[in-house]
Amino acid sequence: MTFLLLLSTPVCGALLLGVFGARRWAAHLNVGVSLITFIAACALTTQVVNSGPLLAAHEQFFVDSFNVFLVTLTAFVGLTTSIFSRPYMRVEMTHGRVAPTRLRLYHSMYQLFMATMLVALTTNNMGLLWVSMEAATLSTVLLVTLYRTPASLEAGWKYFILCGVGIAQALFGTILLYFAAEKVLGAAGGTALLWTHLNAVKGHLEPTVLGLAFVFLFVGYGTKVGLAPLHNWLPDAHAEGPTPISAVLSGLLLNVAIYAVVRCKVLVEGSLHSQLPSQILMCFGLLSVVLAAFLLWRQRDIKRLFAYSSIEHMGIITFAFGMGGPVANFAALLHMTVHSLTKSAIFFTVGHAAQKAGSQLMEDIRGLITLSPTIGWGLMMGSLAILGMPPFGVFASEFLILTTAMREQPWATPVLLAALGVAFAAIFGRVQPMVFGETTAKRLPHPPALLPVFAHLAIVLMLGLYVPPYLADWYRAAARLIGGE
Amino acid sequence: MTGTPLDLQLLNLCAALLLLLSFAMLAQRRVVTLVSLLAIQGVLLFVATLLLAWRTGERHLYLSAALTLALKVLLLPWLLHRLIRRLQVYWDTEPLLNISGTMLVGLLVVIFAFGLAQPIAALASTATRSAIGIAVAVILLSFVTMITRRKAMSQVVGFLSMENGLFFGAMSATYGMPMIVEFGVALDVLVAVLVLGVFFFQIREQFDSLDLHHLESLKESSTSSKTTPPVSAQSGQEH
Repeated sequence: MTFLLLLSTPVCGALLLGVFGARRWAAHLNVGVSLITFIAACALTTQVVNSGPLLAAHEQFFVDSFNVFLVTLTAFVGLTTSIFSRPYMRVEMTHGRVAPTRLRLYHSMYQLFMATMLVALTTNNMGLLWVSMEAATLSTVLLVTLYRTPASLEAGWKYFILCGVGIAQALFGTILLYFAAEKVLGAAGGTALLWTHLNAVKGHLEPTVLGLAFVFLFVGYGTKVGLAPLHNWLPDAHAEGPTPISAVLSGLLLNVAIYAVVRCKVLVEGSLHSQLPSQILMCFGLLSVVLAAFLLWRQRDIKRLFAYSSIEHMGIITFAFGMGGPVANFAALLHMTVHSLTKSAIFFTVGHAAQKAGSQLMEDIRGLITLSPTIGWGLMMGSLAILGMPPFGVFASEFLILTTAMREQPWATPVLLAALGVAFAAIFGRVQPMVFGETTAKRLPHPPALLPVFAHLAIVLMLGLYVPPYLADWYRAAARLIGGE
Repeated sequence: MTGTPLDLQLLNLCAALLLLLSFAMLAQRRVVTLVSLLAIQGVLLFVATLLLAWRTGERHLYLSAALTLALKVLLLPWLLHRLIRRLQVYWDTEPLLNISGTMLVGLLVVIFAFGLAQPIAALASTATRSAIGIAVAVILLSFVTMITRRKAMSQVVGFLSMENGLFFGAMSATYGMPMIVEFGVALDVLVAVLVLGVFFFQIREQFDSLDLHHLESLKESSTSSKTTPPVSAQSGQEH
């Protein structure tokens, strides 16, 4: 029941907002719908925590400890982003960057995007997973081009074509997976693409086909994760779309894509009895970390800077999942959580800062601390958190990943450390003058409402200092699930 | 083979024609013809699915044949033709690689595709397993089409043809995916074309052309200032 509520709320919200999205109260409705989704997600979580995995709708949907935590996270960030988007989009409207009628598209697509991500997370059917990942792309293409500037159109086109082609590879991978599964499970009954069934028989699936399938699935979903060398769409889409969309793309969509990769990896590893999937994950993860860290230096646009930082963190997570084992998986899950919270918080502050400065170029943004202490401190704290400074949660997860890497993949540790150092210097060197630099602009008359930013950062801080036992159990259960016992 | 039944021969003929069509697409520069080729590809897929449905007696294949007919033969080409008329894009500009060069690349791609498909085909138990290589070739050739074209419209036709190749691959390897997945994929394709329709009008409004070389400013070292309001339509490139 809660499950039905969880999936139907954003869909109904999308329909309602498709009709009333241009009204004055549409942004409130958007928040309301997101709130109901979040409550449903919380209810679902308690249900799963209390009574174990849950199958619904003829086994087409499946919730276990791995995806339920991502569902909650998605619903939570969706809620805070909708809260942030309300004043942000109003200002954009008064600046004349978006026409009120376009807000209808914006609100409706926002909810549709949430719906597709929730379906992708909860579906048990690998085919439906593909369908909803593609739908997630489609629902955000028009959001990236919301401002209709040449640059945003270009970003949207790149996003569509690269992700479309990438995800077509994933479809081929899915077909191959079905091809292998059908021999074991049979085509009748339509269970051959259900993850739970596949997981039960993964040892009997044809290894050659599954190996090939994994390559295609990895390329496909990896494009959506933003792994190098198919990361080109990501900075453009993040920089040119409205900031709330950058926040959900970075904080949520990338997580969902990683989730898809990990689900595939679990199956293939069980069939292959070899290290191939792990090695692919580690290799491309590391490549993304290194490439992103160096590309960070060339950025002048603040949103592109943090988009590259997302690529870097996705690389770290992919690398950690590649190493496998309970500790690395635990750390990767923790990193997914803290990255998602921190990065969306950063985008919230960046959005406000760019809006005040009237530019996304970093050299135009100066002295945030005098303009508005909340924005200044928010950006500073967020950047320190994302760079892995000690009290924050990112430090905890990166520390775990690095120590595991030292033990299991010693060759990778210096590379990772160097890349993290380079990224630190690049981001900190740019954020510092933006926050503390001299400015001639006047202090803002009203402090902006940045409740979502500090809520996110507070959770990240808490996760760095103390992971509550139920949450730790939950992560451990999920890590075990991925680790294949 | 002397003992090959007629329906299987016809199926193989369809597969061969699909491959031929992919090459025709690779060479074709008229956008309208490109869309017609896509429609013919849809017809072939429809015929192949029907034949396969008749041969295997699988009921869901009839349904997916009907879906192919509705979506790929009628709806999508109609939508694309309408778009072409409204946007008045009839010709693609000179491709990045000349036609004969593209053809050579295409040949290599086909060889690679058959190599890739071999292990899969060896394991397949379907009657149409010999067509798997062709399906992979169609996918990769569409990919080449997308890479070598400049006009947004031709790239989209390439994208849709890739989807057709995937569909054909699924059909020849496993007699089609579960129905729910096929419906989902069809829905996605339809939505993609609708989104692109909207998108094309936006590009046109902004650049006065659907030539993709306008969309090449977002480079890594891009220094274009985001502060200036968008300068509409760089120059009146004819389409």
